[in-house]
Amino acid sequence: MSAVVFAHHQLTPTERLRDAGWIAFVALILGIPLIGLTTVDVGGRLAVDTRFGLLAMAVVAAFGGRLVLRWAVDHLKGRKLARQRAAAGNAGGRAQQVVNVLGWLALGASVALPIVFSDNRYVVDTATTVLIYVMLGWGLNVVVGLAGLLDLGYVAFYAVGAYSYALLSTQYGWSFWEALPVSGALAAGFGILLGYPILRLRGDYLAIVTLGFGEIIRVILVNWTEFSGGPNGISSIPRPSFFGLEFTRRPAEGSDSFASFFGLEFSAMHRLIFLYYLILVLALLTHVFVSRLRKLPVGRAWEALREDEIACKAMGMNTTNIKLSAFAIGAMLGGFAGVFFAARQGFISPESFTFTESAIILAIVVLGGMGSQMGVVLAATLLVLIPEFGRNFAEYRMLLFGMAMVLIMVWRPGGLLAHREPTLRLSADGKAARGGA
Amino acid sequence: MSTLLSVRNLSMRFGGLTAIDDLSLEVPAGKITGIIGPNGAGKTTLFNCLTGFYKPTTGTLRLAHPQRGEMHLEKLPSHRVARDAQVVRTFQNIRLFPKMTVLENLIVAQHNVLQRASRFSLAGLFSLPGYRRAERAAVTRAATWLERLQLTRFADHAAGDLPYGTQRRIEIARALCVDPVLLCLDEPAAGLNPRESAELNELLLYLCREQGVAILLIEHDMSVVMNVSDHICVINYGRKIAEGTPEAVKNDPHVIKAYLGEDEEEEAMEAFTEARAS
Repeated sequence: MSAVVFAHHQLTPTERLRDAGWIAFVALILGIPLIGLTTVDVGGRLAVDTRFGLLAMAVVAAFGGRLVLRWAVDHLKGRKLARQRAAAGNAGGRAQQVVNVLGWLALGASVALPIVFSDNRYVVDTATTVLIYVMLGWGLNVVVGLAGLLDLGYVAFYAVGAYSYALLSTQYGWSFWEALPVSGALAAGFGILLGYPILRLRGDYLAIVTLGFGEIIRVILVNWTEFSGGPNGISSIPRPSFFGLEFTRRPAEGSDSFASFFGLEFSAMHRLIFLYYLILVLALLTHVFVSRLRKLPVGRAWEALREDEIACKAMGMNTTNIKLSAFAIGAMLGGFAGVFFAARQGFISPESFTFTESAIILAIVVLGGMGSQMGVVLAATLLVLIPEFGRNFAEYRMLLFGMAMVLIMVWRPGGLLAHREPTLRLSADGKAARGGA
Repeated sequence: MSTLLSVRNLSMRFGGLTAIDDLSLEVPAGKITGIIGPNGAGKTTLFNCLTGFYKPTTGTLRLAHPQRGEMHLEKLPSHRVARDAQVVRTFQNIRLFPKMTVLENLIVAQHNVLQRASRFSLAGLFSLPGYRRAERAAVTRAATWLERLQLTRFADHAAGDLPYGTQRRIEIARALCVDPVLLCLDEPAAGLNPRESAELNELLLYLCREQGVAILLIEHDMSVVMNVSDHICVINYGRKIAEGTPEAVKNDPHVIKAYLGEDEEEEAMEAFTEARAS
């Protein structure tokens, strides 16, 4: 049976039609209960109505869509093959160039974004969310992408960071900038705490324990009411100030607000834009930090650990320290993101730190291509924007989201940007040349 | 010649199975010592004990380190065997870092030196001159071994994409970057074609004669083991059954029996004469 063909060879027109026919048939079968039948309210009683017209449209759309998809896939495959043949020999140098250009473009776009959309609250807010996920993705990338330690409880460190800041600021009056390093260090400490018991675990077992750890933190936050406020969370967390200038309409006696100091008219957007640039700077620092680490002995050791732990030991590497450093650094970055999150929301509760968050962050790393920094940016943008664009589709939103993820993984099983750039190269004259960013 | 490593009454038991049974042997400094024996004789188990991957049930492994004096390998965890005692091994089923380039594989092998130079990554993060110098030295060292093992043109290729014989050479080059005093090679000729085996012979002799590295060699390929070993130790069922120069071992009736069995003695003798001729 020739059913659905994922083969790589070019298809004849008849094969294409038959293939699309099959898809249309499947759509028809699925569509009868999903689209063809609907319940209507007739005088207080439910009755079944039929919508065969709509169903027919859906089937036709499936048929047409499959034809186009097949054609596009074949076309792209053909071009990819041609490109591969052309690029054989220069070993991914081109791919890296493209990624670099993309990176600079993305940076330019993200700097310009709040200027262009300076009065669009929704855009700036969503972009801030994207950047939080980018930062979380970069943090988790250290643990999962580089060191190859599958961590399903990453959100725990995000929570540690957020609660540290929330408690330090509301209880002890610490400012954002004072609390940031301390919260990061606390999260790193928790990373090491988690790292110790699981040093000997790998793969599935590691995933289960980290999953448990994430839940433990959340359950503690829910139940230890005196400490964390329980399910009510912590509210009125102070917002970060701009070098001491608050973003308020009416500043306290004898002090300036951001707006009054610069002689601007007060606008709620000022704070949002400031928060946006703040997370942009934090994220960029994270990027520079992680990219540099990757090219240092510790980064190469992480990657070696991912590749073969036994070989690492045989090379005299202390795998305990290497694992703990990966957990600590990853956790610290998650903690920083958490501090920002708490400062931006002004309110946190355990609900923000459920397993779903861990899963999304992990999905960002995997979809982006394990270990790829630019991949994380791409995947985080997609994963935040797809549900946003999907709002028009109401209850089909998560369906779209899932479908997009499946499609990406089918299209690029190694992640969006699976290319790995060497940390250093041997140039022609035998001296070392550093690899690209 | 002085003794580099002396194995005394080594036993390794896994539950009821005795993989190594009261084995004693000496590995001289600056020589090649071959270890042969039928499959399951306990050769790789010996390597695992030696390099800290297994804790021996009983016995001692005493290394007379040229700079650091006497060390007891049985008491060290595996990474310290490589780092402090400089006893470095390769694996029967190649264990490279497949997605990293060949050069990176060789740089990772110098992790401890570089990590110290990077001062907990701080000097590295800011790219201080001391770290840059250490990194350059590491690359030069790697480049030297790549050149010697004819791997230079593969330097920037992912190690896992290369042919089997090349990967074997990379694994040896990587072990050499750890700067071993004793190099333990677990079947380095497995899967090599005759020309590659001949090159391997040459390399082993070079390492031993020119670089003064003592080599412990597990090998089934008789053309390698008989040609390069100064001394051969034959193991069967975890016990040493014979020891001596390649000539002496070849003619030892116990060895012939262990390898070829008693029943088909005539056939066996024929096969063995052939092997000797090669």
